[in-house]
Amino acid sequence: MKKKIQFYWNIIRKPSVHYSLGFLSFGGFLMGIIFWGGFNTAMEFTNTEAFCTGCHEMHDNVYVELQDTVHFNNRSGVRAMCSDCHVPHNWTDKIARKMQASKEVWGTIFGTINTREKFEAKRRELAEHEWARLKANDSLECRNCHNFDYMDFTKQSPRAAQQHSTALASGEKTCIDCHKGIAHQLPDMSGVEGWD
Amino acid sequence: MTIKIPALACLLLAGFSVIAADNIATLRGDAALHEQGKATALTPVENKDLRRKRNSPMEPPTIPHKIDNYQVDLRTNKCLTCHSRKRAADSQAPMVSVTHYMDRYGNFLAAVSPRRYFCQQCHVVQHDSKPLVQNTFKDIDELLQKQGDPR
Repeated sequence: MKKKIQFYWNIIRKPSVHYSLGFLSFGGFLMGIIFWGGFNTAMEFTNTEAFCTGCHEMHDNVYVELQDTVHFNNRSGVRAMCSDCHVPHNWTDKIARKMQASKEVWGTIFGTINTREKFEAKRRELAEHEWARLKANDSLECRNCHNFDYMDFTKQSPRAAQQHSTALASGEKTCIDCHKGIAHQLPDMSGVEGWD
Repeated sequence: MTIKIPALACLLLAGFSVIAADNIATLRGDAALHEQGKATALTPVENKDLRRKRNSPMEPPTIPHKIDNYQVDLRTNKCLTCHSRKRAADSQAPMVSVTHYMDRYGNFLAAVSPRRYFCQQCHVVQHDSKPLVQNTFKDIDELLQKQGDPR
């Protein structure tokens, strides 16, 4: 084992005999672009709606529910897709989320929620994961589009203005505390804080 | 006999409508029977959060705000997150009336009675739109005043 490592180490640290320095550095640079670009392109592909709704679990349950909501269909045609709310935009956070999501690949392969009944049985648990995530990051994914600093309270309904200018402004509450179930249907909410 | 009376009433009504068809403006508008009439434009829901006057003491109050996508089903009731007894103090929304916590025999329950659970059976939003038909409704106070108020 030690011999093998030494053998490869020697190859790596030996100066190149056949290739010029220019070729090696330029080639390395080029391959770097291809690999890095390819990696990010592949990762971006897993952020598309086509990819997310590629499995029937997502397509027939949560995607259908999204279509009735204001985040899918609205006055101005601005639209949020799955990854806008469920994947952080920031690169390091995104990688962390993508690694977590390998559990979802496992779920697809072994059919954790491959029927409507199984999905309904797990709805509360899955929803709780998302509430916990958004609570922990102060509703970061909401705030990618909805910036508190640019909210005009005078254009909100009195009820909304009242809540946003007090509880949200003071940081006592974050978006997800009140806006649960805005993009998908809610599970049985018994015992959830703020729900009767 | 009890079955015949409504049947007779229907026949009479049908007869009347045939005779009166030319004089009555219907909600169809001008469209001929074999044509699809032009749909009226949708109007926005009033969202002012101001309580409206009730037209009678027993009228279920109308909803003075938007309720788009409020989920009220077997799993949960979005309305109650503000209007229930437990939540009303925090939200300062009017609590659902005490009658909603009674069963049909008048016994009080701990939670909203299942028969009163589906809010929109009685409470509805209001649109800011022109009435489709003329309405001659008079408030009870107005009627009493006309009669010299026997109260």
